Amino acid sequence: MSKNKSKEILFDPLFENNPITVQVLGICSALAVTVKLMPAIVMAISVMLVVGFSNLIISLIRNYIPMRIRIIVQLVVIASLVILVDLTLKAFSYDVSKQLSVFVGLIITNCIVMGRLEAFAMDNKPWPSFLDGIGNGAGYGLILIIVAFFRELFGSGTLFNHKVIPQWLYDHGYINNGMMLMPAMALITVGIIIWVQRSLMPSLTEKE
Amino acid sequence: MSEGKPKFDRNSNAYTIVFTIILISVVAVVLAGSYKFFKPYYDKNVRQEKMTDILYTVGLDKAKLEQVAKTKGLSLSYALIQQYFDQYVKKQLALNDKGEVLKDVNAFDINLKSEIKKDPHKQVYPLYIVEYQGKTYYVIPMYGKGLWDDIWGYVALESDMNTIHGIKFGHKSETPGLGANITEKWFEKRFIGKKLFDEQGNFTGIDVVKNLRNPEKYSHKTDAISGATLTSNGVENMINERVKHYIPFFKKIKNSNHVEK
Repeated sequence: MSKNKSKEILFDPLFENNPITVQVLGICSALAVTVKLMPAIVMAISVMLVVGFSNLIISLIRNYIPMRIRIIVQLVVIASLVILVDLTLKAFSYDVSKQLSVFVGLIITNCIVMGRLEAFAMDNKPWPSFLDGIGNGAGYGLILIIVAFFRELFGSGTLFNHKVIPQWLYDHGYINNGMMLMPAMALITVGIIIWVQRSLMPSLTEKE
Repeated sequence: MSEGKPKFDRNSNAYTIVFTIILISVVAVVLAGSYKFFKPYYDKNVRQEKMTDILYTVGLDKAKLEQVAKTKGLSLSYALIQQYFDQYVKKQLALNDKGEVLKDVNAFDINLKSEIKKDPHKQVYPLYIVEYQGKTYYVIPMYGKGLWDDIWGYVALESDMNTIHGIKFGHKSETPGLGANITEKWFEKRFIGKKLFDEQGNFTGIDVVKNLRNPEKYSHKTDAISGATLTSNGVENMINERVKHYIPFFKKIKNSNHVEK
């Protein structure tokens, strides 16, 4: 495996093959956990670890998995990793785990995880699989953090719960846009990111 | 593939069963082990939250606790919260349904979730008597059902054992943006100052009503969350069902107060 290839596997899903903006996977949780930056970052790291390590584990045992029950085996591996992440959060980051509530558990159903296992880890060696998982998790997390940044900034006027919009703006009649806190605006924000990305990368646009 | 292929037939039933058993055993051991490892940390977080929630309902929120800690040059830790809790909470009582205090039960460790499933006559009701800024508050822990799963909370009654001084809700998995908003401050405010008994001293409870206009006009009614009717109903049922059981105890205190006067 050449160095270039590894680099490609790791960075390709960040931009050119981003799971959210290009493959349009994992949208549901992206809308739910992006009201504030902190939960979005924790979610991003959690998904990155789950995708990375489930890819690694599945790739390690890929030659031993009975084909007929491979989806069940994949689910068991993902579910165990998600439970580990959930336990860790509850023990060391209790407040964030409460904000994420059900969505940590729902990483299991995140299409990105299963998708990468089926599409990549089942046919590739452990190291590239691990990189592929980390890359896809990071691509997902990147969009999450961008969306959360704008939603928290315009929706609550804060970043990481610290006030960033100066008071004099409020005194002059500026108000936080409550719409930004609604899931609908998250979808629109994702849409805008897709638009910007497509106009920067013409290769992504479908030929008519 | 460069790695050695297994010698077994991967599609035979026997192989599938053996593989499954091995996989499940490994996963079970790993998960059970990590649960044991993480449990003490998690329990500590839960206890800390319980203490801060109880202090919160009487007006001592986290920001205030942090401020007090800062003046002493300390940061807010578990030990410090425990210290404040012991300082302000004068009594932790475990009551039965006749309002009698049970001596050998630790109120803080009562698990309401399992308690509410029992017959009301056999349940144990925890009550915290908190003194803060010269006033006495009665904090009642609550537990009930929301739309999807459990909801819980604490309600602090003023020394008249009637007016709601502060309230705090929690939930397991109510809908974010709708039912989950019961934890928000603006929803808590809708309960503050409301009364649970009428002027004759009869229990009325609180009515959480959809689209209530001018809720400040009513003393036994408040506005529900639009779009979260079932969670709001859950909150209403929880408060009314839980507080009801403390009436015998409140009557006893009132009677003994009269005697003293």
